[in-house]
Amino acid sequence: MSQPARLRQDAEALAQPFPPLLAAAEHLAASVLLGEHGRRRAGMGDEFWQYRASMPGDERRMIDWRRSARSDAEFVREKEWQAAQSVMIWVDPARSMAFTSSKHPEKGHVARTLALAVSVLLVHAGERVGLTSMVAPPRSGQLQLLRLATALSEDSDEEYGRPELRGILHHSRAVFVSDFLGDLGPIETALTKAADRDVKGAMLQVLDPVEEAFPFDGRTIFESMGGAISHETLKAGDLRDRYLDRLAERKARLADLARRTGWQYDLHHTDQPATTALLWLHGALGRVN
Amino acid sequence: MIGALGFAAPWLLLALIALPILWFLLRAVPPAPIRRRFPGVALLLGLEDDDQQSQKTPWWLLLLRMLAVALVIVGFAGPILNPEERREGTGPLLVAIDATWADAADWPRRTARLDDLLAEAGRAGRSVAIVPLTGLPAGDLPFQSADAWAGRLAGLEPVAWGVDTDAVRGWAAGLEGRFETFWMSDGLAADWRADVLAAFEARGPVTVFEAPRPAVGLRPAVFEDGNIVLTAVRSRADGPASLTVAAHGLDPAGTPRRLAVAELDFAPSATDASVELSLPAEMRNRVTRFEVEGVRSAGAVSLTDDALRRREVALIAARDEREGLRLLAPTHYLEQALEPTADLVDGALSDVILANPDVIVLADVATLAEGEGEALRDWVEDGGLLVRFAGPRLAASDVSRAEEDPLMPVRLRAGGRSVGGAMSWGEPKRLRAFGPESPFFGLAVPDEVEVTAQVMAQPDPSLPDRVVASLADGTPLVTRKRVEAGQVVLFHVTANAEWSTLPLSGLFVQMLDRLAVSTRPAALDPDDLAGTTWQPDQVLSGFGEVSDAGVLPGVPGEALAEGRLGRDLQPGLYAGEDRRIALNVITAETELAPTVWPARIAVEGLDVVRETPLKGAVLAGALLLLLVDILASLWLSGRLTGARASAAALVAAALLTAAPQPAEAQGAEDAETTALALLATAEVVLAHVLTGDARVDDVAYAGLAGLSDALTRRTSVEPAEPIGVDLETDELSFFPFLYWPVTPDQPRPSTEAYAKLNRYLRTGGMILFDTRDADIAAFGGASENNQKLRQLAAPLDIPPLEPIPDDHVLTRTFYLLQDFPGRHASRDVWVEAAPPDAERAEGMPFRNLNDNVTPVVIGGNDWASAWATTADGGRMFPVGRGFAGERQREISYRFGINLVMHVLTGNYKSDQVHVPALLDRLGQ
Repeated sequence: MSQPARLRQDAEALAQPFPPLLAAAEHLAASVLLGEHGRRRAGMGDEFWQYRASMPGDERRMIDWRRSARSDAEFVREKEWQAAQSVMIWVDPARSMAFTSSKHPEKGHVARTLALAVSVLLVHAGERVGLTSMVAPPRSGQLQLLRLATALSEDSDEEYGRPELRGILHHSRAVFVSDFLGDLGPIETALTKAADRDVKGAMLQVLDPVEEAFPFDGRTIFESMGGAISHETLKAGDLRDRYLDRLAERKARLADLARRTGWQYDLHHTDQPATTALLWLHGALGRVN
Repeated sequence: MIGALGFAAPWLLLALIALPILWFLLRAVPPAPIRRRFPGVALLLGLEDDDQQSQKTPWWLLLLRMLAVALVIVGFAGPILNPEERREGTGPLLVAIDATWADAADWPRRTARLDDLLAEAGRAGRSVAIVPLTGLPAGDLPFQSADAWAGRLAGLEPVAWGVDTDAVRGWAAGLEGRFETFWMSDGLAADWRADVLAAFEARGPVTVFEAPRPAVGLRPAVFEDGNIVLTAVRSRADGPASLTVAAHGLDPAGTPRRLAVAELDFAPSATDASVELSLPAEMRNRVTRFEVEGVRSAGAVSLTDDALRRREVALIAARDEREGLRLLAPTHYLEQALEPTADLVDGALSDVILANPDVIVLADVATLAEGEGEALRDWVEDGGLLVRFAGPRLAASDVSRAEEDPLMPVRLRAGGRSVGGAMSWGEPKRLRAFGPESPFFGLAVPDEVEVTAQVMAQPDPSLPDRVVASLADGTPLVTRKRVEAGQVVLFHVTANAEWSTLPLSGLFVQMLDRLAVSTRPAALDPDDLAGTTWQPDQVLSGFGEVSDAGVLPGVPGEALAEGRLGRDLQPGLYAGEDRRIALNVITAETELAPTVWPARIAVEGLDVVRETPLKGAVLAGALLLLLVDILASLWLSGRLTGARASAAALVAAALLTAAPQPAEAQGAEDAETTALALLATAEVVLAHVLTGDARVDDVAYAGLAGLSDALTRRTSVEPAEPIGVDLETDELSFFPFLYWPVTPDQPRPSTEAYAKLNRYLRTGGMILFDTRDADIAAFGGASENNQKLRQLAAPLDIPPLEPIPDDHVLTRTFYLLQDFPGRHASRDVWVEAAPPDAERAEGMPFRNLNDNVTPVVIGGNDWASAWATTADGGRMFPVGRGFAGERQREISYRFGINLVMHVLTGNYKSDQVHVPALLDRLGQ
């Protein structure tokens, strides 16, 4: 089975038990097309919203004759304004995501599966989903899922990924999935920029259990996945505490960054069931507003 | 040579000098690094190592390696433990061995040493003569080549007696020529040793070999105050020691067996130790010998004879209507005479015969009941000794009057006679001295014994042979008749002092002794034994083995009394006419003392020191250290992870521990069972059956955990952690409720497990079977799980079932329910069918169903999945969709709670039906 197809299948399986995700939408923006979000105001849509007395300027054909016949005044039947939300997804394609310790799946695989699973839910809910890169602008429909799966399967040669913001639409929602182990600067910039464009969303950090435990000892040369960065130590065991401190600090900074920009942040380990993370994403996209 | 250590190639040890150089070389080489791909390296950048120590090999690893190398060098230098020393010496060699019972205990070591000496002498080309001092050769010393002797060593055996003093002195005095002497002594002091030693020394140098262990002997058992006293002696008081003495004998089935065991403890400075052994009379009489366990020597065995045997004597007197004085009681004097030496049996004659005593004494009993007479005759013919005493009743009766009674030795004349009384002429009669054929021969007749009345024997041709004691005028006083294997003895006087003063005298006791009524004193009386011949029955070998005496000739009583053991008088068991005498190596007086050799004599031990090449062991040690080094190096460089770590742990475990004992495993299993019992009974525990499918088991566990939580939160039932039970091994009766998820591939329980399950169901347990497939298959359908359920449940004792009726007690034990969903919401849930005659009472909402708790609930709603919670309290599986799904989950919890309530409270809620009636009756 080709990789995108397989990715899609995994994601569908993961998303199956969840009811369609209804991402909250606060504002109507340029990106809004017709979707299933009731805007709680009269507008274009299928659902009945209210009757109001007709006013001068209303077209004749807008009058609801059945309602009007019951009284003396003429009434216009208004429908609720429904809009679809755009959700932009960025999954770290860098080589660091290819890391796995022993039997757990690669971080990258987990990240892509989760992203696509969220996409599946969103598409089922009638939302538009796209990638933050220009490759796949937001659309809805099953075909878009295929496009997403193909686009997500592409790797980059970078050691660590930096969020892509080129294709992001104003006022949309975003999901960033990465290990966030690289330089924090670009991430910070990206989030700030996103906040400037009124893009809010969820940041999911995916880590391998080994990256949390650092179970190394003895003389070791650590190399990044591409081999570009290396660090030699004589007693890896002695570094454990300091490494863990740094990792905790990194997480704290990410959480802090998220809080300041109105994003949601969570950590997922590849040895945990992906459902938990998907559930969180599901909730997080609903919480952001 | 360093101490007991020698080297085959000592110059190789020079290589040890190179070790310090190696030290410096090894020190400089740090362990090789590992390359690891690790994305977290970005966080590591800039972190410095705390210290630079591991750049060099740590000192202890160096030490380990140096030790390994040193061991290799030492190993190849060929270390040998106890390199052999060669014994100098030329000329003929005499090896004298005591070969007594005291040698037997460590005879194998002696022969091993002897073997060694012979080999040495063979190498030196010396001629050797081996002479056991207990079996002296006639004529010249038998000097032969050492090889010729080597084949004959096996035939050399210790004897069960000591060295014949006179013979050995004479032999030593007759020695001629020059030779060296090796003397293997048994280590016991004896007066002849000095003379023999002097004779040996006159012929050449003497070396003595002696065992360092003290010789141990067991004295004959003594009977004291109802207990058997066992005493052991040893030749040297060398600290505390403990011996086990065992009593051997035939068990009631006739099999030789160890009947009793006693521990003897020597005080540190004592040469003898005693222990009291209390045995029931029955068992005591079975003991044939005592043995010190673990010591193979004739001295450690003590045969028992009649001295230890306590005879069982039954005293039967005629029924006495008078409340007589004690002193007039017919058996009083007999009791007094026999009590110290025999076990008296009381009871009616018919009962006593069944107990099969050695002796039955009838004191003035004339007539016997029909069956009793027969039984008594049989008993006598089987070897019993019947002793009868005359008396007024016997004199007045017609027993043995016209013709001889089989249980009387003679015919009696009517009336008897009375002499020396107020109404008679003549003096009271005295006893005549006993004749040589009488068993009483040799007993002195005291003057004060007078007979005033007796029953008279009818003159008869056979009478003279049967008289064993008579009065001065020749009238029989005691007559005896042999009946097959047994005998009947009649005292023509009473057993009390009414007719004679005999019972008052010491002679009475002695006469009873001689008749073997009572037990003899232990000491052998030479006068007693004079002129008798004793046939050896069993003899002891030097190793203390008891064997049949075979055709050994009889031994005169005098020799037996003297007790000088030798080839003609071997220790053993000797049988006389009516008693057996045991002759033991160690007598009550024997003291054992170690030999004191003059200082000029070299005394060597028996230990044969063998050369032990240590090369293999040392090299193996080096190899082991190198193995440890591998593990340590791996660990140091951080390569000891994952599979390698477990392999290393395995290796280390194999190196450190031996295989666990089965007993411990058994103990562990017991402990496990106990732990389960405690766990399951300390609190209410829900349990699920382990199916073998890890996923299903996990879900079942999580489900029960979720249900336990819900119970704890909502009800007063607060279950502990659920337990998974293995039907084969675990006890089920602790659990009120079993959840059994059905998987198609779970193993069928064994027959025992089914027995356990049926017992569980019958005694009030409940099993919830869950096929977990209500979403795809109707109940009772042909799904895989349903088929499996049918297969699993077939051997179970399950009553007829029906779908849960609306008024089943499960619908209202805690919550009011009509649906029983799990993750699926099928209504097919089956329980035990209500009895067909269940009626709904007038005005009652429910039928009157006061039966048991249903033993099974069967359904396919996958309840565990609906109940299951993760460790952090979240739901493990979604149920349904949205609010309706949550509602379904809630109802499934309610069903679980109702189910547990039903199990725990039974039909309490059903009984509530009667409350109005009860209240009405109470007048409320």
